Amino acid sequence: MTHSSAPRLLLLLCIATAIPASLANDWKALEEDELHDPSNPAVTILQDPEEALSLLAPDSAGNKVNWVEAIRQEQIAPRASLYGETQGRQHDTDIVMKNTLDQPYVLFSHKVHNEWMSCEMCHESLFRSVLDGNAISMAKILDGEHCGVCHGAVAFPLTECDRCHSVSPKLSKTPSSGAVVPKQ
Amino acid sequence: MRRVIKPKRLALILLVLVPLAAAWAEYGDVVINMRAEGEGMSPVVYPHWFHRIRFQCSVCHVDIGFKTKAGASGITMDQISQGRFCGACHNGEIAWSVENCDFCHSGVPGLETGVQGGHETSGPGYW
Repeated sequence: MTHSSAPRLLLLLCIATAIPASLANDWKALEEDELHDPSNPAVTILQDPEEALSLLAPDSAGNKVNWVEAIRQEQIAPRASLYGETQGRQHDTDIVMKNTLDQPYVLFSHKVHNEWMSCEMCHESLFRSVLDGNAISMAKILDGEHCGVCHGAVAFPLTECDRCHSVSPKLSKTPSSGAVVPKQ
Repeated sequence: MRRVIKPKRLALILLVLVPLAAAWAEYGDVVINMRAEGEGMSPVVYPHWFHRIRFQCSVCHVDIGFKTKAGASGITMDQISQGRFCGACHNGEIAWSVENCDFCHSGVPGLETGVQGGHETSGPGYW
């Protein structure tokens, strides 16, 4: 082995061991997750993530569950209120955000978010209901503000750039940032 | 000229890859240990995944009033017993009641309050 090939071999070994480990263990058992105390008797009673999550629409990140798809496929039906089935105001306007430097534009779907939460979850605390009225930046999102309150903590993580940055500037027909009329 | 991976770059790549191989909590798990250990109980581990199968986000974060920052809600057992926060459901009616201490206070001693869940959660500062 030459001196210069050693680091490359080490790197390959690292990839060969690290990536399969990450793929093979989608869901840790509670007693192995380094949060739950294995000596706590509840660990044998509480549900392991795999038992529930392996049955839902798969994904490659976060909980390895496509939560939006899980609702659409009627695998789950999370309640909108503690008692009864009251569903609040529904809103399905898409928002295109164009101030994205050299990245594709952001398409924000109110409809998808509305399937998981009421308007008050975001408005008017995290986002003002004014077009172009929010100084959103990736720096702020990465620091846990705006979208980053949920994305990167519980909703799909910030490694999934193209799920938000999904509109090619070349294909977009919208003249400026703003609301897009929902498809009929 | 033959391309060589410089040691510094290799170290950087290893830093990125190593967390992939480590054990991790389920994405979105929250540790709450603002008061628990100080009062002789194990830290609380809250699984977002289990609850979001059953309830939409705004049930807890709007209707019940949980803040969207770990440790910021200032939850006490007194409040829970009075039906606030976790006690809105964990009352023996919607979900099991507060007598099952170990079900929530199940964390390894010494855990710090925060959102857990692997390398994808480890953003700077806030979480």
